[in-house]
Amino acid sequence: MNSIAKALLSRPEISALVMLILVIIGFSLYAPQFLTYANMRVTFFAFPELGIVVLGVGILMIAGEFDLSVGSVFALSPLVMVIAVGRWGFDPFVAIAIGFLVALFVGYLNGWITLQFSIPSFVTTLGMMFMVRSVAVVLSGGFPPPFPVDFPIGIFVADLGLFRASMLWFAGFAVVLAVMLHFSNLGNWIYATGGQPQAASDMGINTRRVKLFCFMLCSFLAGFAGMVTTFRLKSALPALGEGVELQAIAAAVIGGTSLMGGIGSVIGFIVGTGLIRVIDNGLVMARIDANWFKFAIGALTILAVILNMWVRRRARAMH
Amino acid sequence: MTTEILHEHAQPKREFVTPSANALIRCEALEKWYGSVHALTGIDFHAEPGEIVGLVGDNGAGKSTLIKILSGAEQQTSGRIFFDGKEVRLTSPKVAMHLGIETIYQYTAMVPQMSIARNMFIGREPLTGFRIGGIGLMDQRAMVEHATRSMTNIDLTRRSPNTTVEELSGGQRQAVAIARAMYFKSKLLILDEPTNHLSVKETNKVLDYVASLKEQGIGSIFISHNLHHIYPIADRIVAMARGAKIADIRKTDTSIDDMTDMIV
Ligand SMILES: Nc1ncnc2c1ncn2[C@@H]1O[C@H](COP(=O)(O)OP(=O)(O)OP(=O)(O)O)[C@@H](O)[C@H]1O
Ligand SMILES: [Mg+2]
Repeated sequence: MNSIAKALLSRPEISALVMLILVIIGFSLYAPQFLTYANMRVTFFAFPELGIVVLGVGILMIAGEFDLSVGSVFALSPLVMVIAVGRWGFDPFVAIAIGFLVALFVGYLNGWITLQFSIPSFVTTLGMMFMVRSVAVVLSGGFPPPFPVDFPIGIFVADLGLFRASMLWFAGFAVVLAVMLHFSNLGNWIYATGGQPQAASDMGINTRRVKLFCFMLCSFLAGFAGMVTTFRLKSALPALGEGVELQAIAAAVIGGTSLMGGIGSVIGFIVGTGLIRVIDNGLVMARIDANWFKFAIGALTILAVILNMWVRRRARAMH
Repeated sequence: MTTEILHEHAQPKREFVTPSANALIRCEALEKWYGSVHALTGIDFHAEPGEIVGLVGDNGAGKSTLIKILSGAEQQTSGRIFFDGKEVRLTSPKVAMHLGIETIYQYTAMVPQMSIARNMFIGREPLTGFRIGGIGLMDQRAMVEHATRSMTNIDLTRRSPNTTVEELSGGQRQAVAIARAMYFKSKLLILDEPTNHLSVKETNKVLDYVASLKEQGIGSIFISHNLHHIYPIADRIVAMARGAKIADIRKTDTSIDDMTDMIV
């Protein structure tokens, strides 16, 4: 009994899951339309676009680094893709590949600068957030480029009823990354690198390579999520994804990811994203002023960290 | 060329113990510069198979620098290292571990947030079949099994191998680090101040483990500020000061009081 309680307590995503269930119950009691098919569609459409970003941001946080530039990559990557077809005449699939390369390049730069100069990634990626956004705005020339008709939009956002194809992409990424993080040796290196970098490198792990990989993975996923949103909107907006970086970090933290590195799980990322999406939608359905959304997310983030600290201390005391 | 540091009480250089023909590890004229800091000024050092060498010296004497070079974490500026009779280039911890040199570092031997089982295998995770470029699925069952068995060796039977290391006491953490070195069948175990911040009881336990390694033929280099900690189990004491060796003497040829006089 004690050991079950302890196992539950020491898993921060469990408390987030309990919170998610309570919030869902609360909203469905308060707003009868909340649990309807039509409304679940709305939440399920929006979920993967944040969720894919959170997967990358969360794994990078486990490795002990931050990425504040994901919101800007979310805009630049699809923008370059659209311009590559519309203005430069590339094949749509080649253009998608170019969009990914842009994202990977920003991720590489984030990692390289951070590691080469040993500066906090918070600073590197804050700078990159402004720079990449600026490039996106300049490239677009102030207004969205024409959206070519021949993109394989269906592959990314086909309407499948309760959800879009993007949900399947999210599920695919989540499964692959969960296996990587929790069951592969690479995952073990990521946790070790974030938890205690000195111990990791003393045991022969190339922590620079591990971090660089996580930076690039994070940026790639942000670009991918931006493409999904762009395909859904059928328009490449230079202002796309503003604020996504903070929502993604909030989601990861709400899901139990440590800001110090070394702690977090894919389940936690999913639950954290779910909480943000459900609260966003639930406030609307409950006819509460939608401007309370940011308040709720902020309060939840603080609460989650306090709760996780308390719970970890309790679990440790419960030998 | 190396600056000779004469020490009032130091043992004359010609009386230093010399390595046998089949020394486990031997290094010649190791020098290390950190920028303008001359951390090692040309040191000869060796350890025989199954021998416990106590390495003592004041803060900043260069003890950690020496063992970081021997464990591949840092590279010497000049000088040569021989392991099992062959000259080796210890370019990374992986290379050293592959040869059988395990190290327990002064501050951070373990990742606190990770379980005992995962800690034991960081960087050397057993994999199940399929892999791409060295990345594959960990054999978690084997990890837990081996960790459990290793934990009985160090009397840590009442803990699950899934316990996170942050839940362990300082002494238990050092014990797990030693168990890790035992599991990987090292030939040489280097311990950098493993008894720092430990209670007397825990210190004695760690000393017992090191002594038991000797019975299995594993040699150790044991670093300490405290001569009294290592004197009981050491076969030989090496003392350092300002980047040089100032004494290298068999325990049978000295007493702890002589030793104290010599190095203080
Ligand atoms: N990474 C480094 N960069 C610059 N100087 C260093 C570095 N590491 C060690 N030193 C210097 O080299 C000298 C030897 O340090 P070392 O850590 O080897 O001493 P130590 O004998 O292990 O001391 P302690 O007992 O305090 O652990 C010191 O003067 C130290 O300041
Ligand atoms: Mg030291």
